[in-house]
Amino acid sequence: MAETGRRYALEAIFGPGREEMTSYTPHAHYLGLLVVETGPGFGIIKLPQREELIGDPRRHVIFGGAITTLIDHASGLAVACALEELVPVATIDLRVDYLRAAEPAVDLFARADCYRQTRNVAFVRAVAYERTPEDPFASALGTFMIGANRTESPMGQLLRDDKDGGA
Amino acid sequence: MSSVVDLIPYARFLGVAVEDKDGVLESVLPFRQEIIGNARLPAVHGGVLGAFLELTAFLHLFAESGAERAPKPITFSVDYLRSAGAATTRARAEIFKLGRRIANVRVVAWQEDPSRPVAAGNGKFLL
Repeated sequence: MAETGRRYALEAIFGPGREEMTSYTPHAHYLGLLVVETGPGFGIIKLPQREELIGDPRRHVIFGGAITTLIDHASGLAVACALEELVPVATIDLRVDYLRAAEPAVDLFARADCYRQTRNVAFVRAVAYERTPEDPFASALGTFMIGANRTESPMGQLLRDDKDGGA
Repeated sequence: MSSVVDLIPYARFLGVAVEDKDGVLESVLPFRQEIIGNARLPAVHGGVLGAFLELTAFLHLFAESGAERAPKPITFSVDYLRSAGAATTRARAEIFKLGRRIANVRVVAWQEDPSRPVAAGNGKFLL
């Protein structure tokens, strides 16, 4: 988003349909998560519909926990896209409100916005929806510690690969 | 209770099993490649831990409440306490209020040492 003038460490890497972030995270790959869009301080992730994620086979409804995973991942992406310099990030807490049942047999999306960032903590709002963020089936709030530990985040590798001209 | 787990595709997807430990339901999440969030540490994906806690709360509540219908989650909140490494994760839930319409459930997950929890959850379910 050029109009904001904000830069973020992962700006060069993400574009619609690119899946680098998710492919570095085995569970995201396993779920089939895709990065749909990123910008300064926000990210949108898609969870393609699949039978394995159902919680209630009679109603064909997705299990709430799978929505937690989708939202957690989008939130982490939003924080990563808020950082000017990529440092490890750890989730402190995440609260998900289930507003209604998600529609069965459609792809699901989550959009997360990092709306406030201090030196140590990032604050994120997120919604999960089928068609538009204005009509969400779940909403969430999360907090993240910035510079959580010395251990590398999976995205560090990603940035290096990009510099090297690799995948 | 294991039969309920078998009926939930997402529980099978995560590889969750349940055990009866002296009458207390304990759920088990074996470590494997597919649940890793950070391949470098390696660490279990935070979303998986959250889902595991929520599943444990749900299974425990469903078993204890004697309800015929599955409880519906209203809100679920997770505190991440430590990085969950390459080991089996276990969790136990406790109902601290069973109302007519709403149940409040706490749940804690740990790896080797129950006194060093990796995550704690708090959920409200509609009965």
